[in-house]
Amino acid sequence: MARIGVFICHCGENISATVDVEKVAEVASKLQGVAFSTHYKYMCSSPGQDKIIQAIKEYKLTGIVVAACSPRMHETTFRKATAEGGINPYLCEMANIREHCSWVHEKSEETTQKAIDIVRTLVAKVRRNAPLFPIKVPVTKTALVIGGGIAGIQAALDIANAGHKVIIVEKQPSIGGHMSQLSETFPTLDCSQCILTPRMVEVSQHPNITLHTYAEVESVSGFIGNFDVKIKMKAKSVDHSKCTGCGECWQKCPNKKIPDEFNAGLSNRTAIYTPFPQAVPNKPVIDRANCTWFTKGGKCGLCKKTCKAEAIDYETTDEYLDIKVGAIVTATGFDLKHSDFFPEYGYGEYKDVIDGMQFERLASASGPTAGVIRRPSDGKIPEKIVFVACAGSRDKAKGIEYCSKICCMYTAKHAMLYKHKNHEGKAYVFYMDIRAAGKGYDEFVRRAIEEDDVQYIRGRVSKIYEKDGKLIVKGVDTLLNAQPVDIEADMVVLATAVIANKESESLAQKLHISYDKHHFFAEAHPKLKPVETNTAGIMLAGACQSARDIPETVAQASASASKTIALFSNNEMSREPAVALVNNVNCTGCLLCQEVCPYLAIEKEEIKDRNGNILRYAAKINSGLCQGCGTCVAMCRNKSIDLQGFSNEQMLGEVMSLLNKPF
Amino acid sequence: MSQFEPKIVAFVCNWCTYAGADLAGTSRAKYASNVRIIRFPCTGRIDFMLLMKAFQNGTDGIIVSGCHPNDCHYTSGNFHARRRWMVFRSLIDFMGFDTERITFSWVSAAEGAKWADLVNEVTEKVRALGPFTEFKNIDYNSFNQLDNGAIAK
Repeated sequence: MARIGVFICHCGENISATVDVEKVAEVASKLQGVAFSTHYKYMCSSPGQDKIIQAIKEYKLTGIVVAACSPRMHETTFRKATAEGGINPYLCEMANIREHCSWVHEKSEETTQKAIDIVRTLVAKVRRNAPLFPIKVPVTKTALVIGGGIAGIQAALDIANAGHKVIIVEKQPSIGGHMSQLSETFPTLDCSQCILTPRMVEVSQHPNITLHTYAEVESVSGFIGNFDVKIKMKAKSVDHSKCTGCGECWQKCPNKKIPDEFNAGLSNRTAIYTPFPQAVPNKPVIDRANCTWFTKGGKCGLCKKTCKAEAIDYETTDEYLDIKVGAIVTATGFDLKHSDFFPEYGYGEYKDVIDGMQFERLASASGPTAGVIRRPSDGKIPEKIVFVACAGSRDKAKGIEYCSKICCMYTAKHAMLYKHKNHEGKAYVFYMDIRAAGKGYDEFVRRAIEEDDVQYIRGRVSKIYEKDGKLIVKGVDTLLNAQPVDIEADMVVLATAVIANKESESLAQKLHISYDKHHFFAEAHPKLKPVETNTAGIMLAGACQSARDIPETVAQASASASKTIALFSNNEMSREPAVALVNNVNCTGCLLCQEVCPYLAIEKEEIKDRNGNILRYAAKINSGLCQGCGTCVAMCRNKSIDLQGFSNEQMLGEVMSLLNKPF
Repeated sequence: MSQFEPKIVAFVCNWCTYAGADLAGTSRAKYASNVRIIRFPCTGRIDFMLLMKAFQNGTDGIIVSGCHPNDCHYTSGNFHARRRWMVFRSLIDFMGFDTERITFSWVSAAEGAKWADLVNEVTEKVRALGPFTEFKNIDYNSFNQLDNGAIAK
């Protein structure tokens, strides 16, 4: 005979303002199986939890229903209290009368009635709850880091330095990411490569880190502590174990007109290439889409003839590597919005309208102009530059309502770098607001304005067009009675919006993590779980989650590394016991369940007699792999599979009691 | 006469729609109080015979809702639910059951407002359809006489 305790929470006034909690407690006390019911101001507080613990002992309770907030909020809290009271924690369920009732309806009898219905439903469920015990699973103490930008590098180094193995998968031929493209970094103006490249070398030399460049994640299965990942190693066409990185091959390559991604299209590269001189690994790959050997069917072959190390092999194919990891850090970074997005600014039409990344390359000592800021069209040094902040960002009409966060700062930096190199030049910045909230950030912007004489104009730019070799920037100064401003500029730099990596949606689907409508990955909780995802064991670092600058990216990468290290600090971890179980006496062995299981958790079991002769087959569930979705339960023709915690009995009990019918 | 207040049961998944309904709560969206939520781990877990049980016992309308396609926490449970719904819908339609009484929807954890709108819409729709009475009055005793109660059990 069940003896259930029902505890109604006021949640301060969050529940009691619209629900008559006393009445709910009174009605609950008369429900079948209820031995005790009460109400209290804050059930989640320490005295509230004590009430549960005391009542379990005093009334010899066999089940608990806490009618309060969402179980997503406090289920763990109350299950812990239930365990402290001396009964199995899985005999406790929460009735959600706050998010699903008191907060969404006005004060009325109907609202109280709804709360009573919800409580009754959960009482009916708890009457059918069984004690469950967490499942212990081993933890594979190897981490996978997806992406080798600054976020991935930082996370990998932190995890590796804690003594765990790390595997980095990077799509490009080199690690380094966007940070390696930057000239100087705000607010200190130290050279980006100078601080990044030592880290890249550290990664390549670390005994705990395995680096796979020119590789992508193909598929992911498994669960926290035990992920199975298939990595696609794209054919490099160069055997890196033989290659010395001498560079003769790319000097000989006749295909020299391929837009260079590293220089943001401002220069060209060859078909066999390393992305930049400090690349890690500093060994080339062949870009097959642009290589004459592959596009013209075996013609050319110059690089192979040149290579003394005999490292070039046109026959290599994509290879697949299966790895087992315990945690995954996603650090896939961002993209910038491009070309046809700004027809009114002539981006893509006028060569001298460029984006922020292209300006970085112009200002960089390793860039196509060796750090001299020249116009892409004729190579002249511009006398007037206009910077347009918020190009696409915070613009609902363009579909990007968020702030790209880094543009205010890098625009100030760009204007400053230009002024430092061209003292006589004029720099103008069109802006909406200056958002410089970071350590030393506002001071940095003030320096650009006050010491380097950058002209800041508050207003938007409506149009940019070319006239007599000049770019006419038509804007408005909203601090001067919306007076129109026309500037004849030599070059325009658009701070284009930061957008999610274009492959982020497909990666999120492989990882089974959520993403927002802009395809940035979603964190498990916006405040309290900023680096975890809804899928346990998968962490986020850097701009794959939202636009962010380098200090924030590094902090977040270290945070996700510390979460990973905490996970690896135990040899095994316990998992929720909500897994499916087969009644192999009834099971007919049709194995329909096996076909629908997304985790390949169902095996075919041989049922033998005492002499070892096979009598028949039945399904068998590997509880280490089962995640408890219950698809097999709904699929089973004769109800031979049940899901612990959401059993057929429990669910039918809920439906029947909700409609006030005996069951 | 006061207007008819339909009883509506929502079968929702834990990860998307349940969380979406939580978000409707935290954002204090107001919606019709006719709906009662039953939490499943996944829409793939929902045995559609439970829907029939609910109708048999007095519900007037049902919502089944889970994660959007490709967003399932368990990879593919929502696809199985969708297929099952397609088959189930044509079966009950053939039997003369008004399929308008069941609404199949996707509501993500970020769509609190969509959840509130969905509940309001379904409540209005079912209110217009009126109480569900068609299949409620099966006389189990006559079955018992026919085959010693095997069907009724």
